Amino acid sequence: MRIKINGKAEEIEAKTVLELLRAKEIEPQMVSVELNSTIVDREAYSTTSLNEGDRLEFLFFMGGGEGRQS
Amino acid sequence: MEFNDEQIQRYSRHIILPEVGGKGQKRICQAKILIIGAGGLGSPAALYLAAAGVGTIGIIDGDVVDLSNLHRQVLHHTSDVAHPKVFSARDKMLAINPDVKVVTYYERLTAVNALSILNAYDIILDGTDNFPAKFLINDASFFAKKPLIHGGILRFDGQIITIRPGQSACYRCIHRQPPPNGLIPTCQEAGVLGVLAGVIGTIQATEALKLILGIGHPLTDRWLIYNALTAQFRTARVKRQTHCPLCGDRPTITELIEYDQAVCEI
Repeated sequence: MRIKINGKAEEIEAKTVLELLRAKEIEPQMVSVELNSTIVDREAYSTTSLNEGDRLEFLFFMGGGEGRQS
Repeated sequence: MEFNDEQIQRYSRHIILPEVGGKGQKRICQAKILIIGAGGLGSPAALYLAAAGVGTIGIIDGDVVDLSNLHRQVLHHTSDVAHPKVFSARDKMLAINPDVKVVTYYERLTAVNALSILNAYDIILDGTDNFPAKFLINDASFFAKKPLIHGGILRFDGQIITIRPGQSACYRCIHRQPPPNGLIPTCQEAGVLGVLAGVIGTIQATEALKLILGIGHPLTDRWLIYNALTAQFRTARVKRQTHCPLCGDRPTITELIEYDQAVCEI
């Protein structure tokens, strides 16, 4: 099926969010996934199915430019 | 407040902008901004906000300058190594603009001191490096009802979002909780292109000035991602989540949480 990932159209075989992350070799704990404007609960990655035309955003954790705490 | 001749000259390129004018410059001169972290992101933000004449700039950081900081933390000079970052930061800001009042906090932001410090400011700018701090700042800004400008950098990527607590998506709408310790590499482990801190920290300062002036469109509900290698900016639309544990309809977080501080010298 064809979906949009981070703004780019892609043809994918994965049926669920978790399958897609595995196919892309993305560790599920290091990314938040937004599916059609709703953030998917991490616990639901394996049960959230993907459908034709879905819009997906991978939002990664990113730290900062600092010294220790801040 | 009335400007003297020197101030009119100093801020003339602002005042001449119709969107700023004398009125806007006065708002800048009366604004109070808290910069959390006097590091890579805090450096350009502090320098530009001081230059812009922001009336009160608070800066909090419990760290001292290390030689490995200097490739991106442009507030600090080689002679500042081993000195507290907040005092180095204060000296540079006052050297640029002696009109600015700088308040230094030589300590870490904690669940204990966060609200009393944040309450004294209009806008919060997150220049921290680690996730426990970023979540603490997001939550404290929500409880204190202060707009927050979030920034992050790693390797060749940077991200920014402006958060109006209770109105636009917060950091927890996107990331429910910090990642497990050690999973996300720090800048120390993975590296960071020094100039990236300048790009992202400067955009954070821009957002702060826009909020003060009430002009343009704030970066709310938009997750701005910059990649230095492709020289591309991308905006991911994000929404406030009704099931956000902090700002959602049935919040489960009702007080500040201090997560374990993995020591990550970014």
